[in-house]
Amino acid sequence: MIEVRDIHKSFGDAHILKGITTTFEKGKTNLVIGQSGSGKTVFLKCLLGLFEPEEGGIAYDGKLYSEHTDDEKRDLRQEMGMVFQGSALFDSMTVEGNVMFPLEMFTKQSKSEMKERVDAVLKRVKLIDAHHKFPSEISGGMQKRVAIARAIVMNPKYLFCDEPNSGLDPKTAIVIDDLIKEITEEYNITTVINTHDMNSVMQIGEKIIFLKDGLLEWEGTKNEIFKTDNEAVTNFVYSSDLFKKVRQMYIQEQN
Amino acid sequence: MNYLASVGSYAIMIREVFKKPTKWRIMKSLILKEIDELIFSSLGIIIFISFFIGAVVAIQTALNLTNPLIPRDLIGFATRQSVILEFAPTFVSIIMAGKVGSYITSSIGTMRVTEQIDALEVMGVNSLNYLVFPKIIAMLFYPFAIAISMYVGIFGGWMAGVFGGFLTSEDFITGLQSDFVPFHIAYAFVKTLIFAFVIATIPSFHGFYMKGGALEVGKASTTSFVWTSVVIIILNYILTQLLLG
Repeated sequence: MIEVRDIHKSFGDAHILKGITTTFEKGKTNLVIGQSGSGKTVFLKCLLGLFEPEEGGIAYDGKLYSEHTDDEKRDLRQEMGMVFQGSALFDSMTVEGNVMFPLEMFTKQSKSEMKERVDAVLKRVKLIDAHHKFPSEISGGMQKRVAIARAIVMNPKYLFCDEPNSGLDPKTAIVIDDLIKEITEEYNITTVINTHDMNSVMQIGEKIIFLKDGLLEWEGTKNEIFKTDNEAVTNFVYSSDLFKKVRQMYIQEQN
Repeated sequence: MNYLASVGSYAIMIREVFKKPTKWRIMKSLILKEIDELIFSSLGIIIFISFFIGAVVAIQTALNLTNPLIPRDLIGFATRQSVILEFAPTFVSIIMAGKVGSYITSSIGTMRVTEQIDALEVMGVNSLNYLVFPKIIAMLFYPFAIAISMYVGIFGGWMAGVFGGFLTSEDFITGLQSDFVPFHIAYAFVKTLIFAFVIATIPSFHGFYMKGGALEVGKASTTSFVWTSVVIIILNYILTQLLLG
């Protein structure tokens, strides 16, 4: 579980996060939504420990990040998996090399043990014949799957995804969403996803938080987001005609 | 003020490079890869440039020896001194600042732009140690490349001098051996080692801390070449004053 306690983060005069408090529970897919510039990326980087908030703190399973020693912080980082917007695969390594990388860096496993684990993880993300291909030789959807495989290869407690569907066609985006949700439940991890994709919100959002101008404007479940009368949320989520109709249908069904 | 901040950031970067080392099993393969990419892949251009620079030095010296009282073996002497003291260590280092430096900046810069460095950091890897340390170690082999450059440069001078009809082979070798100061070799290699560190670290600094996209990677490569060259030229002056002055 991750508890975010009133975090503030500024860069120079720009006050990006202005006091966010929320909780992300284990085994659930938590979505962070908001317009560009709302502070989502800074928020995610704070969760990852890449930025330290000036005020407030983030507790991982009850212990504040700032209370960890340097070694504990390093250990904590190894319990985090991250799927970047552009996948961030290492160009010079094959798919197998990319997924094996964290194992090589942080475990004392033998080559055959590592290979076994990589095979299992790649099979889990449904990538069978891509072991020896380089990232430039595979599609965007496959790159995302490799990124997910690399993120879960160390059995993380926390999985963070930054726009995992960006640049993907709708069908592949659904496959990636489903995969993240399945993995979250299967591995019982705390997953936090930054997204603009409303399909993801409707499909896998068990808890959704909406950021606006560095503040937590709204939080709830995907069912609650249909019913909310928060103007900022409805303007953002139901900006397209399609989602307006989906919402109307949901409300009619409920009535 | 910006320059001072950059110097400070560079110093912090160097400190970070030597902290929290990467596993030796991985580091070993990274170092071998960098030796291949930074040193072996540069040998062709180093040999090509050195040969012709040595040849041109010999021809220029020969053409300027109009006084019949000055012995022709001076051509060999001048070629040796020019190549060992300046052309091999300094001139080749400027070329390497362009070739190797732009490669280092663009490869690290591209990793920055495509979030690969963020990926390393998130995993808990000391990205500076992982990316820059192998380059520094690989560049320790740079003096071997400069030794080859010296040899080829003098050989180029001999070829141009002898086959251009400016002097005999014996005269060239006599000049080559006259008034030899062994410390000049030490001076050249001390310079080379320091330049090697500069060539490995300044372009890494520009790549690692760059911001923006593909266009900025190109700009960072150009800036890194300019600054690496400027630092090499200034250090060349300081080291010459300190070691030979």
